Amino acid sequence: MNPPVATPFFFYLLAGTMIIGGILVITRKNAVHSALALITTLLAQAALYLMLYAPFVAGVQIILYAGGIMVLFLFVIMLISIERSMKERQFNKQWLVGGAAALALGGLFISVYLTTTKGKALFPEGSVTYGETENTQKIAALLFDRGAGQYMFAFEIASLLLLVAIIGAVVMAKKRI
Amino acid sequence: MTSVRGLGEIDMDSLLNITPLHYVVLGAALFVLGVIGVLTRRNVVIVLMSIELILNAVNLNLVAFSRYWQGMPARMGGGPGALHGQVFAIFVITDAAAEAAVGLGILIAFFRNKETVNVDEVNLLKW
Repeated sequence: MNPPVATPFFFYLLAGTMIIGGILVITRKNAVHSALALITTLLAQAALYLMLYAPFVAGVQIILYAGGIMVLFLFVIMLISIERSMKERQFNKQWLVGGAAALALGGLFISVYLTTTKGKALFPEGSVTYGETENTQKIAALLFDRGAGQYMFAFEIASLLLLVAIIGAVVMAKKRI
Repeated sequence: MTSVRGLGEIDMDSLLNITPLHYVVLGAALFVLGVIGVLTRRNVVIVLMSIELILNAVNLNLVAFSRYWQGMPARMGGGPGALHGQVFAIFVITDAAAEAAVGLGILIAFFRNKETVNVDEVNLLKW
């Protein structure tokens, strides 16, 4: 496995892309622009997954999130008319209180991180990880393997959840039941 | 490894040495952005997108901790095979897909009845 190259540069590049994309998502008037900013954020996050030696999750992120869920969002934006909502107020009446509460939550997060990690490392340096092919195999073993596969039942429950979601979406979007 | 000693005296080394703390702080920032979007926007589509931002922040934390959990000794549950965080991230992505499908279905049904996409006009159950 090759050692990582220029980790800080790529981390800050991708982190900046994600933060700017997130800010654009919550501030744009046009929902299509928000969706495109969210796609940028998701792709940058997939690259961060690659930096964390999680190639399978990165692929799932690109295929399922950027390719599947966001296309669903864009389809729904096309179905509903956005012209009228673009002329209206974009923020609700409680925006000041809501933003202040969210920023207080962020300040709480940062203060907790800074005080709990004072003077000690969270995890040891020089982690050993699998390479690209082995990572996918190990995730498959955790999901499907008889014996070592401790997430097999959860996987089946997830398929049941998806079935329920399909039926629910069809029932909701149907004109006459 | 140098540590972060409070906001005033962060040195260059702790900024350039990427640790789980960096990923966790990035996840917290994305989470807060998503919470701001959920609490302040009126457009339901953008509220749902903000929820996706929140789920992605959690996923980033899970994968980052999974990466560093593999450096822990095996007697503590770590080691190279400890990919539980990544498996959990996949489950969260599944949940996000289900949530987006049902949420957008509800949005279409609502838009058909009320001709609006603003959350503060959703008051059918209010009295």
